[in-house]
Amino acid sequence: MAATAHMTLEEIRKGLSWRKQLDKLFIAIGMALLFGCLAILAILFFDLVRDGSSRFGWDFFTSFPSRKAENAGILSAAVGTMLIMVVTALVALPVGVAAAIYLEEYAPKNWFTGIIEINVTNLAGVPSIIYGLLALGLFVYQFNFGQSVLTAGLTLALLILPIVIVATRESLRAVPKAIREAAYGLGATRWEVTKDHVLPYSTGGILTGLILGLSRAIGETAPIITIGALSFIAFLPPSPVTGEFPFLNFEWLRSEFTAMPIQMFNWVSRPDQAFQANAAAAGAILLGMTLAMNAVAIWIRYRFRKKISW
Amino acid sequence: MKLWQKMVVPALFVGVVAAGAPERALAQAAIKIDGSSTVFPVSEAFAEEFQISKRGKVRVTVGMSGTGGGFKKFCRGETDMSNASRPISVEEMEACRKAGIKYIELPVAFDALTVVINPKNDWVKGNVMTIADLRKMWEPAAQGRISQWKQVRGEWPAEKLMLFGPGADSGTFDYFTEAVMGKAKSSRGDFTASEDDNTLVQGVENNKSALGYFGFAYYAAHKDKLRAVAIDGGKGPVLPSVENVINGTYTPLSRPLFVYVRESSANRPEVREFVQFMMKQGGALVSEVGYVPLPQSAYDLAWKHFDNKKLGTVFGGHNQVGITIEQLLAMEAKL
Repeated sequence: MAATAHMTLEEIRKGLSWRKQLDKLFIAIGMALLFGCLAILAILFFDLVRDGSSRFGWDFFTSFPSRKAENAGILSAAVGTMLIMVVTALVALPVGVAAAIYLEEYAPKNWFTGIIEINVTNLAGVPSIIYGLLALGLFVYQFNFGQSVLTAGLTLALLILPIVIVATRESLRAVPKAIREAAYGLGATRWEVTKDHVLPYSTGGILTGLILGLSRAIGETAPIITIGALSFIAFLPPSPVTGEFPFLNFEWLRSEFTAMPIQMFNWVSRPDQAFQANAAAAGAILLGMTLAMNAVAIWIRYRFRKKISW
Repeated sequence: MKLWQKMVVPALFVGVVAAGAPERALAQAAIKIDGSSTVFPVSEAFAEEFQISKRGKVRVTVGMSGTGGGFKKFCRGETDMSNASRPISVEEMEACRKAGIKYIELPVAFDALTVVINPKNDWVKGNVMTIADLRKMWEPAAQGRISQWKQVRGEWPAEKLMLFGPGADSGTFDYFTEAVMGKAKSSRGDFTASEDDNTLVQGVENNKSALGYFGFAYYAAHKDKLRAVAIDGGKGPVLPSVENVINGTYTPLSRPLFVYVRESSANRPEVREFVQFMMKQGGALVSEVGYVPLPQSAYDLAWKHFDNKKLGTVFGGHNQVGITIEQLLAMEAKL
């Protein structure tokens, strides 16, 4: 500070413009890196689309895998992936949100919750294959769920649980304290405050977190291979909706499955070069699904933010 | 109801019902196959055609856990059939015996393990190598020592020797090492290993001084980018080809491929029908996917064994390298 006092106006101006230049330089570097990453993604995506362009068509979506590249399609893989995502979302959302509410609103600040918090954060960094091994031992053999849609969904739910918990906590924390205080002041219980005020305001953030988690899970290959997804499946799991009472059928949960990454892996490792086009097309579709999910996340956040009025 | 309630309530509902989902077997008949990735295309072709012919009444699933991985599941009773690119081993026989799993061994096809070099390689005269050359390159003692072609044969140049081969979990690795070194899994470790044969293809394709080995189907699909080596097993050089496998001259690198069927599954009508389908349609589908079919008499014999429940393996847990189709037939006939 003392040095500044002795500076002439000229010197201060010079220092200031130098700093502004540094600022601009940083922006330029940041932009370059950002666009570099986006360019790589775009190139990858267009490369996949180009390689797979011959395969895009209605047949590709409605055909089962086949040993003939031109007949092979992604029907069983796409349906498998969607069913797994449904199970994953239905398990990860309630468990993740409940855990986050407990940690954020109820848990006393002591060493025990400290350990839980550290573990939740650490879980986010555990390699996905470890989840696969856990699931193989626990779900497949211990609980006897078999190599089913249910097992895969539960495994991926575990995988994205830390993401959902962290995102939920962030958005719970973003609700101003004044809202809680006001509700308490009117005599609301802790659960009423959470249910009627905190949760509605943080729904956007929670759903965004869930969808970002799901878009990570959709591309996971390692844990699904570990629990034993099969490579050739030319049928669909039983339909969840039936014509007779009770109209819902849960046998699909126990059905064997294949998923998009597995199907791609299978096609890439085939001797016949024609399958490379199938793999590229499936890759482009999978990437498209991920981007679409992210877009939905952004849209949800935008919609909920607009509705909030404090 | 608030939006979040609308979402959480059905979620909990589904969770509760799912937890209580009955362990009912799927109503539909199903056949589970797993095992070797080399045999996968064969089983996949059978499964595809069989399901079409049954109009979806029977479900067949095929996995690719590798020969060893497949037998692990098979001997735990998780699968009905196991694909194998080598006969069942002593340890695997023991595991199955302990679990009370009995099985029928069915040979389904022959494969020619193919040694390939880069097309620009101009020093391997006439494309011929002996088993002794291969041993010098691949034996454990070569590790860290043999790094140039010159060290294998004096007349070859001092080019870097780049080796590509399948990983240690693969039945192909087991077979090659047994055939060349005389002992399964005995190999140098400092080569580029991949379970994905396309990686090996690319490795040899992009390096002038590379050498690799894998199943014939991968060579056949990349004939324009790779050159197959004729193997001199003592009776003159022989190129890998369908004819040379059938006439029994491509030894010791031609090998039989198997499917093992669990005895208790074999009693089920859909499994019986599937095996019958395999043994009747076998030849045509096997050649379609790039392997060498057995003569129809071999399939007929295998079907008879299946029909009469002839259990066990003719190999006694030991891989026998270099057997020809005829020798295999003679062995199977004795069962």
